[in-house]
Amino acid sequence: MSAEGRVRRPLTYVLLSGGLLVMAAPFLWMGLSAFKTQRELSASPPVWIPSQWTLANFRQLLADLDLPLYFMNSVIVAVLVTVSNLVFCSMLGYALAKLNFAGRNKVFGVVLGALMVPGNLMLLPLFVLMSKLQLIDSYAGLVLPFAAGAFGVFLMRQFMQSIPDELLEAARMDGAGEWFIFWRIVMPLVKPALATLAILTFLGSWNNFVWPLIATNDPDKYTLPVALATFATDPNKAGGSNGVLMAGSFLIVLPVLAVFIALQRHFTQGIATAGMK
Amino acid sequence: MSTTTRKADEAAPGGRRPGRRRGSLGVQNAAGWLFSTPFLVLFAVFMAFPIVATLLMSFTDFGLGNVTRPLDARFIGFENYTRLFGDERFLKSLFNTAYFVVVGVPLTIGLGLLVAVLLNNGIDRARTFFRVGFYAPVVTSIVAVAVVWRFVLDPSDGLIAGLASEVGLTAPDFLGSEALAMPSLIAMAVWRNLGTVMVLFIAGLQAIPTEVREAARLDGVGPWQELRRITIPLLRPTLLYASVITTIGYLNVFEEPFVMTQGGPSDSTLTVSLNMYREGFNFFHMGYASAMAYVLFVVIMGITVLQLRLLKDNTR
Repeated sequence: MSAEGRVRRPLTYVLLSGGLLVMAAPFLWMGLSAFKTQRELSASPPVWIPSQWTLANFRQLLADLDLPLYFMNSVIVAVLVTVSNLVFCSMLGYALAKLNFAGRNKVFGVVLGALMVPGNLMLLPLFVLMSKLQLIDSYAGLVLPFAAGAFGVFLMRQFMQSIPDELLEAARMDGAGEWFIFWRIVMPLVKPALATLAILTFLGSWNNFVWPLIATNDPDKYTLPVALATFATDPNKAGGSNGVLMAGSFLIVLPVLAVFIALQRHFTQGIATAGMK
Repeated sequence: MSTTTRKADEAAPGGRRPGRRRGSLGVQNAAGWLFSTPFLVLFAVFMAFPIVATLLMSFTDFGLGNVTRPLDARFIGFENYTRLFGDERFLKSLFNTAYFVVVGVPLTIGLGLLVAVLLNNGIDRARTFFRVGFYAPVVTSIVAVAVVWRFVLDPSDGLIAGLASEVGLTAPDFLGSEALAMPSLIAMAVWRNLGTVMVLFIAGLQAIPTEVREAARLDGVGPWQELRRITIPLLRPTLLYASVITTIGYLNVFEEPFVMTQGGPSDSTLTVSLNMYREGFNFFHMGYASAMAYVLFVVIMGITVLQLRLLKDNTR
């Protein structure tokens, strides 16, 4: 074992470092290119590290796109989606984990079924429905279809099952109503799970693309990914220069990466929990 | 405070009724359904209804005019479906999607497993560092990442072209070539989704008791045998879950071709979802697009059931 271990460990490090370099390369390329001058972006032989760092690409990006507006749209939609998921998914998670009611298994079956349905199946009638309700180009139209995700229910149910029944029974004996028990006893106990759900939901909304693409016609209502994709694929503008596009991607990716690195435990735990149970 | 009293009052009638005990063995029908209502209402309106509506629309000639007058759409039976299977473009998109899944899923699962196994063997200090690095692409916006990859693969100014020129080679026009465009999208998808699979496998690996491995090592089992005879069989539930979610995700592939190639060149990266999006929202052939959505859905369900069967039966 020890002779083998001596060989295996460095090899493991070499393989992982090589892999990590490949994983990081597109991000490094994006980060470096965003600060290069036009000449260095298309220089041959290539310039890897900008010889003079410039903010010209960012200035051009802000001139081409109303980024603060798209940023606000993305934030508003993500916050609304996150808050409603925290409340609604926890409510149903609590009912499924701790309330004994007729039809509980059927409701849980609905949640599991909803987990399996691919989102693309609903796009066409959802668009018609939102048009009829005049919710195209509105925050409500962007938020409502994602206001209570099955994944969140599943996650909250898993966590709430570990709360001891005796605690809830004691509260019921003292005459506490179910809403009080849920809001004042259960919710504070599942704060870590709420944090995980909040992060995953916010991120899902922040990165969501297909539905916002369909549910917005007015450029003033675009979210960041829709604005970037529209800009990058616009045949008339020829997609802006590569430097400008890298600056745009940089601004979308950077906050997410920063939050992820700060809170990385929550991400991986949430994914793993949902997968294992 | 006031909430407490009011809720307590509400709970009281249940207690007064003879023969029904409040508390420990109580049944909370009203509360259960009240707590379920918000989710169920949203589910009914924004999921169940559209699922049924897509099916109904797929039997009609639903077009642009019907967006304002949906009930005027004309029933045309199975015409959309019969047309689909004579539509070369659709068949091509079906083939492209299959290509993406058949090559992409094993690569993603295999590399995700490899990284997880490496991280689980002897790496202690740097484990979090590597895990964060390999997982980072998962959390980033597909659109932003696709824009970045398009530039990475750019034949004149891209990262790969630059590396190639450093060693005196010329990089091909990856996204402009019918043969290379799809493999390029697959490479990007593997890069982006490997982290999800890795995290699942790490959790699965940690659930394997160390005694099992130690016993095997004492018996002189080598690393390759250990992986094949112990790790992979014990990881089967994780393998199942990871391959099902990866397959479902890849069957729906949309953003990558939308941003990077717009389905080209010559439809070589046109996937079913992108085709459906175009038919439905660019040309407003919404009945026809609904039929596509359902064909894809049936394929997804079929493959999921098949995977569950195949991987479960081998468990013994």
